[in-house]
Amino acid sequence: MSAAATTSAVLLVQVIVAVGLAPLVAGLTRQTRARLEGRAGAGLGQPWRDLRKLVAKRPVRAAGTSWVTLVAPLALLISSLLLAALVPLVSTAALAHVPGDLFVVVSVLLLGTVALALLGLDAGSAFGGMGSSRHMMVAALVDPTVLVAVYALSIPVGSSALGLIVSARRHDPSSIASPAGVLAVVALVVVVLAETGRLPIDNPSTHLELTMIHEAMILETSGRDLAWVELGSWLRLTVLLGLVGNLLLPWGVATTSGLGAVALGVLAALLKVTVLAVILGAAEVGMAKLRLFRVPELLAGSFVLAFLAVTASYLVA
Amino acid sequence: MTLAAIALAAISPASADPVATGLVTQVVVAAVTVVVALLRPVRVRTVLAGIGCTLLAATGVVTGILVLVGERGAVTVPTALPGAVVLDPTPLGAVFMVLAGVVGVLASLYAIGYVHGATASRTQWVALAVFLLGLQLVPAAGDVVSFLLAWELMAGASAVLVLAEQATSAAVRDAGLWYAVMTHLSMVAITAGFAVLAAAGGGTSFADLADVDPRSGAASLAFVLLVLGFGAKAGLVPLHVWLPRAHPEAPSHASALMSGAMVKMGVYGAVLVGVQLLPGGPTWWAVLLVALGATSALYGILQAGVTSDLKRLLAYSTSENVGLMVLALGAGLLFEGAGMHNPAAAALVACLLLAVAHAAFKATLFLGAGAVVHATGERDLDRLGGLVHAMPWTAAAFGVAALGAAALPVTGGFVAEWTLLQALIGGVRPDDQVVAITVPLALGALALTAGLALLTFVKAYGIGFLARARSVAALGAVEVPVTMRVPMLAGAALVVGLGMAPGPLTRALARALQVGGVQQVGLGGVRLTGLGAVLDPAALGLLGALVAVPALAVAWTAARRHGRESEALAWGCGGVRDSPRMQYTSTSYAEPLMRVFDDALQPARDIEVTHVEESEYLATRVRYTQQIEDVVEVRLYRPLIAAADAVADRARRVQNGSIHRYLTFSFTALVLVLLVVSL
Repeated sequence: MSAAATTSAVLLVQVIVAVGLAPLVAGLTRQTRARLEGRAGAGLGQPWRDLRKLVAKRPVRAAGTSWVTLVAPLALLISSLLLAALVPLVSTAALAHVPGDLFVVVSVLLLGTVALALLGLDAGSAFGGMGSSRHMMVAALVDPTVLVAVYALSIPVGSSALGLIVSARRHDPSSIASPAGVLAVVALVVVVLAETGRLPIDNPSTHLELTMIHEAMILETSGRDLAWVELGSWLRLTVLLGLVGNLLLPWGVATTSGLGAVALGVLAALLKVTVLAVILGAAEVGMAKLRLFRVPELLAGSFVLAFLAVTASYLVA
Repeated sequence: MTLAAIALAAISPASADPVATGLVTQVVVAAVTVVVALLRPVRVRTVLAGIGCTLLAATGVVTGILVLVGERGAVTVPTALPGAVVLDPTPLGAVFMVLAGVVGVLASLYAIGYVHGATASRTQWVALAVFLLGLQLVPAAGDVVSFLLAWELMAGASAVLVLAEQATSAAVRDAGLWYAVMTHLSMVAITAGFAVLAAAGGGTSFADLADVDPRSGAASLAFVLLVLGFGAKAGLVPLHVWLPRAHPEAPSHASALMSGAMVKMGVYGAVLVGVQLLPGGPTWWAVLLVALGATSALYGILQAGVTSDLKRLLAYSTSENVGLMVLALGAGLLFEGAGMHNPAAAALVACLLLAVAHAAFKATLFLGAGAVVHATGERDLDRLGGLVHAMPWTAAAFGVAALGAAALPVTGGFVAEWTLLQALIGGVRPDDQVVAITVPLALGALALTAGLALLTFVKAYGIGFLARARSVAALGAVEVPVTMRVPMLAGAALVVGLGMAPGPLTRALARALQVGGVQQVGLGGVRLTGLGAVLDPAALGLLGALVAVPALAVAWTAARRHGRESEALAWGCGGVRDSPRMQYTSTSYAEPLMRVFDDALQPARDIEVTHVEESEYLATRVRYTQQIEDVVEVRLYRPLIAAADAVADRARRVQNGSIHRYLTFSFTALVLVLLVVSL
């Protein structure tokens, strides 16, 4: 098999693992939260059951919607799938011409964000517009943090390709505990929370329209459309958690495309994402949602961390 | 034919080379178009002059491409002035000739279906032809004198285009005045800058100017003057004030040309000065450019984000994009000065890529906005909506171009911003304090700009084209005629084409700048060899398609098995709340942004509540007004204008109409002159 075919096969495994993990991550965070709050919870398999139910339902669309309502849920799902292929979750392998470059990764992430924002506007209801407007504000303010944090991580490696950054951290574990590395990862964690609509930026389990961001945008989405949106959002969370996991603990991720290495990579990804999902669920129990206009302060704080990371990496270099 | 013969006789091409022929042909076509526009009645005029303008711009494209593939040729026109007009396009100039030509073709074709009434007058068609010619001659000019002549041709003609509807609209006259003043100030600064350089270099040809030592005081003075002049033309903050006035009031094909092509001449001027005439200047030049560019980008996109006038939004976004180009240029000079050749080359290529991508998407966006105005008579986003149903073609073209403006894949805008980002993260020099401080700040500014651009264009498209109509005018919209649709769709195709296969263009730009480090890989992708970065959008698209196939297959099966969707009212908290007034508007969409950047934007808000007489707890009417003024205009220009007015008032006292006083003035002046001469 040629190198490209082998890499493609590894990427295929990675996408399948991510899709399989995504509902589990959603189930785990919910179940952890439920248990810690003294509830029984719906069980780990509930997101799977939800998906199965939703796929079998006819969508009801708001009157006067356009092709955007038809396309946006699938666009979100496809952007998340592409993300799963670009971000090193199981393996750091990448195709020669599509090297999981972080700028490309961010732009693919933003494609999904834009699809959701347009979906929120298309129905012409007040809630959708509200969610969309807040969502885009958060996305706009998150952007500087991502890029500056990436810059900090890329300085020691000399490249913005995620695979290279992760393998460099694996070969030189001291860079993980360096001030630059820590600050940049903390900044990225805030970004992940904001981009996936978790506490304290957005409350994924809210049922009050006025406090929603993500849920307000998909208020008009139902049936299989909702299934695509849900799966797409879970997939985003999974992939980004996997990325944070691999940046913090790069051990186990496959750097070669041998069968054993990939199998180990799958197990490691499973373990890391599971642990992170449980931590995320546990952390959310003790946290309240920030007031909307306090969110920019949090994001500005994360930008400062990212900027400090750049400065720190200059001092080390 | 006689005219063509006269033109050919007057201009003597150095030899029968294709570039010179192309340049002469442009002048001839422009002259013929002017004559046709003057002599034919309105129907015929619109079609013939439109075709003439298209041919003129197309000739420009061909000439530019000839220069880019290695042909050289010069045209010398003897004049009454000392020194002849020399047209000698360099590869760098040719890039801008092609750029202006392509935008010109799109805008001219569009104009045939678009113009009516005042915008179809003789003056307007003549101005369009002259403007297109000026846009070709500026980058073709081979010395300072011809550059300035062409520049004035371009500036004057564009001012006439802005004033198209001055007879019926005070806003147009106001915009025309601002534009005329700013463009003349720009001309003064450029002339002064070149004069300083010419005095120091001992000649007016660009080769003489390049002899000036860039570290000398004269070079620095000239640099500042030229940056001011070119910055005013390009719409850099704080010299941008004419842009948000002139672009909305000009007819849309003229806005497309001005924003897509003319402001790029300012960028061309800056690149010409920074890279070709005065390379190796002091570091503060580069820092100045980066600071100006970053300020311009951030301020422009913030204003664009909160405005609800569609064309004003596009105008401010032009300021933003020009800011990014200047930032890229500054970064290129900074890296070159610090000895980092690879990032410098990438940054300069990014500057030109941004220019080309911006020309494609902004021209399309302005043509789309023109179609919206044509169909509804509205450019206020708060009164638009739902146009995707009535105007599917316009919506599609505008949507694709908006993706380009938001720098998302796979568009030309994304490739350009990616190149700039790679250049910035490639420029790591911890030991050089200036670079170490400037680059992360520039990166942060660039990233915030990109984020806000995303919000701005989601707003422009989502509020303008999606949801339900917010006014009767938007409800009654119909799709524009084919002659207007084709240029818009061609523009959208260009935006995607530049994004899918950026390789050939990027290589051509690198060659024009005489820098290396750019390779073409895969399916028209780019590799920045010095930075170890590779982008192959087609391969990325292929990977996307591969993961999309199973997803789409599942979706299709589910749709087949479980039936079609049904329609119902949107959620109204259990009630029927389907008035279009319940929707978010452009103003409400930008409200969170406005709150976050309250200090920078300083909006004036007023809420007026009328109470019921009997009780102050019940309101009969609530009125909300919000006004966002350009802070730069209020804080910088108004005091200046007021001061100028005050001085003029004082000066007026000197003139009281008395003949005796005027005779005294003449006598005094005469005595003074005699004194000066005798000394």
